[in-house]
Amino acid sequence: MSQTNAEPAKSNEPKKRKRWITPKNVPYLFILPAVTFFLIFTVYPVISSLLLSFQKREGSGYVFAGLENYIRLFQDGLFYKALGNTFLILLIQVPIQLFLAVIIAVALNSQLVKMKSFFRIAFFMPAITALVASSIIFMIMLDENYGLVNYLLSFVGVEPIAWLSDPFWAKVALMVAITWRWTGYNMVIFLAGLQNIPGSLYEAAEMDGASKLKQFFYITIPQLKPIFLFTFVLSTIGTLQLFDEPYILTEGGPNNSTLTITLYLYQNGFRYFDFGYASAIAYVLVLIIGVLSWAQMKWAGEDK
Amino acid sequence: MKNVSPLKKTLLYFFLFVGVIVSVFPFYWMFVGATNPSGEIFKVPPNFFPGTHGWENFKNLNENVGIIRVLGNSLLITLTFTALAAIICTAAGYAFAKFQFKGRNQIFFMLLVAIMIPYHVTLIPLFEIFSNVGWLNTFQAVILPQAAYPFAIFLMRQNMQAIPDSLLEAARVDGAGEFHIFFRIVLPVMRPALAAVGIFLFMFQWNNFIWPLVVLQSQDMYTLPVALSSLVGMSRIDYGQVMMGTTLSTLPIMIFFLLLQKQFISGILGGSVKE
Repeated sequence: MSQTNAEPAKSNEPKKRKRWITPKNVPYLFILPAVTFFLIFTVYPVISSLLLSFQKREGSGYVFAGLENYIRLFQDGLFYKALGNTFLILLIQVPIQLFLAVIIAVALNSQLVKMKSFFRIAFFMPAITALVASSIIFMIMLDENYGLVNYLLSFVGVEPIAWLSDPFWAKVALMVAITWRWTGYNMVIFLAGLQNIPGSLYEAAEMDGASKLKQFFYITIPQLKPIFLFTFVLSTIGTLQLFDEPYILTEGGPNNSTLTITLYLYQNGFRYFDFGYASAIAYVLVLIIGVLSWAQMKWAGEDK
Repeated sequence: MKNVSPLKKTLLYFFLFVGVIVSVFPFYWMFVGATNPSGEIFKVPPNFFPGTHGWENFKNLNENVGIIRVLGNSLLITLTFTALAAIICTAAGYAFAKFQFKGRNQIFFMLLVAIMIPYHVTLIPLFEIFSNVGWLNTFQAVILPQAAYPFAIFLMRQNMQAIPDSLLEAARVDGAGEFHIFFRIVLPVMRPALAAVGIFLFMFQWNNFIWPLVVLQSQDMYTLPVALSSLVGMSRIDYGQVMMGTTLSTLPIMIFFLLLQKQFISGILGGSVKE
């Protein structure tokens, strides 16, 4: 603003103060910090990472390498192993966890149960722990020689299990720790979904003489479908990014049996400082998450 | 209600109580470990009761990884991040919910896409950015990258839509400035949503692991999760210390959770469950 323009306005007396910030321009001010941060710390890195995935280190700098990283990736046995481990967890652990969550939610929603909020708090408790903390607790409870779990199992005649040093059991241990951490979280989401199912549906079924089990399969499960989809998408994205638990619990071992995609990305990026290759891994992860999310959305949309 | 067989009821309660024990026992075990010397939980049979060695473990832990400093780091980083991210995300959410402006839908769509993109894709370029400006091993490197948290912006936008336009218009007619409206009218009305989003952001940063692990390089800068992971990585692990560290990271959150369960649950679930 120039002095000459401001003068006459002032002489008009303060009746109507000119505002520089108006409802028209203020939204830009409100989004400015978010957009700035977003451009610097998300958009730029996402693009830069894509470019890096086509480069490799030569001397002190990076040079264009075409598809070299991606070709190497598709011939990398360890990458396939990480991919396989991650998908195995996805296919086994996620259904078990969602099944448990639904069962507990249905039980808690039953009119027979009192002290509902006590149960809800208790079941939700694991969801407040840091993944690092919960992994450490499980690491200690699952110790092969002195761990509590093996000690308790010895009472029912089970020989000590090598939870963290046997390739098969290490996967089981990882899944147990994840299930402990996330079941209550999903349970609360299901519980909210259950409370939204109209009671009249059950009353009608009751009058038609449908058993409780029938009601569960023909009313509860179909009515919860959107919640299933939501929790499934959340768990899928979470599992594909699994890092903290295997890093603490097993460091990807033994013999890479618990190596996950993100752990492999971390190792390549920050242990071997192979930024190009790590970026290629990251982009394969983006692609997988993109395709899976798209498929799940499409599956959900078609059914409507 | 029909009369239900007592057996059915007993079974139901049995099932739930087993579940509760499985959910809560590890916390108890952590506490037992934290208050006993390292060997006690590893004896056969193990010691099942809290001991009196807690202070000793704390002192050793402080000598070992400087846990007081680490706690301070975590607290400083988390609180600064929460305040910064809450204000940035709330302002943006307000603009997206209550204003018409050019590019609004396009920018908002980009944010939605960003929610789906795994954070790990950005790790390497972020590392390079902070390395180039000489900010590796600093608190700002941990705080800044996620301050415009797309999901938090999304949540605030959803909540802001409930504010009636007439309320804002009335304030404008009365001559209130836009910032006055935001700080004095919108924020107070949004207090419950702010609490939930604040808890969400706080929990994210308190538990944040992979990025601080990458960017923090010396022990005096570590956050709790990074310090804990360094303890576990040592060749001789002192389990009393480890459990004390785990307790220190969990206990404050647990107390807050028990005090503010409802806000906590909806906060951690990111508002997907309405109370």
